[in-house]
Amino acid sequence: MAYYEHVFIARPEISPQQVDALIEEVTNTVKELGGVTSRTEYWGLRNLTYRIRKNRKGHYALINIEAPTNAVAELERRLRINEDIMRFKTIRVEELEEEPSPILARRDRDERRRARREGGRDGEDGLEFDGGED
Amino acid sequence: MAAKAAKGAPKFNISNIPARRPFGRRRKVCPFSGNASPKIDYKDVKLLQRYISEKGKIVPARITAVSAKKQRELAKAIKLARELALLPFAVQ
Repeated sequence: MAYYEHVFIARPEISPQQVDALIEEVTNTVKELGGVTSRTEYWGLRNLTYRIRKNRKGHYALINIEAPTNAVAELERRLRINEDIMRFKTIRVEELEEEPSPILARRDRDERRRARREGGRDGEDGLEFDGGED
Repeated sequence: MAAKAAKGAPKFNISNIPARRPFGRRRKVCPFSGNASPKIDYKDVKLLQRYISEKGKIVPARITAVSAKKQRELAKAIKLARELALLPFAVQ
């Protein structure tokens, strides 16, 4: 069985709980089709750098999958039907990583830094590309 | 020094080639080669951002000194990040 990283972007209107439900749905689908999932991450409501289906934001989630090829094909077919999912991508990787991805790692650090300077000046270190708004 | 200059003719010969040209740039090394270098990952937006221009284009390797092999990897990661709306295709 091959290793995959699966990322999907859900509509911004749905609640984080619904995103968890979607993640659950994906993991169940994979299990049902004879695969295994390991790390799952919810990246939160992020700004998109360009509009997708007229939305400027989206809920991001990442799931590590170890599954046969046809399971991935079936999973993608089902996701295409799902209206809540704006975009998904399954990326084949040589090996699955178990540590939190750079996106989560960075956000944790930022939060800690923000907590440390408590109400100090909000000196964001510029050149940040969180959104493609103008 | 003055004596040499007085001799005139070719400024540099085998014996007085400067060790380093005063305004010459040192050859940069690939930021992704070597053992402590960062891993190229489509999810690492902050890292990839350093290799795209203000307009959102991928910066050529001859400017960033990334090796050819790593540049291919990097380009792939940037393109993936674009498809996931983590990086822009174009900035207006």
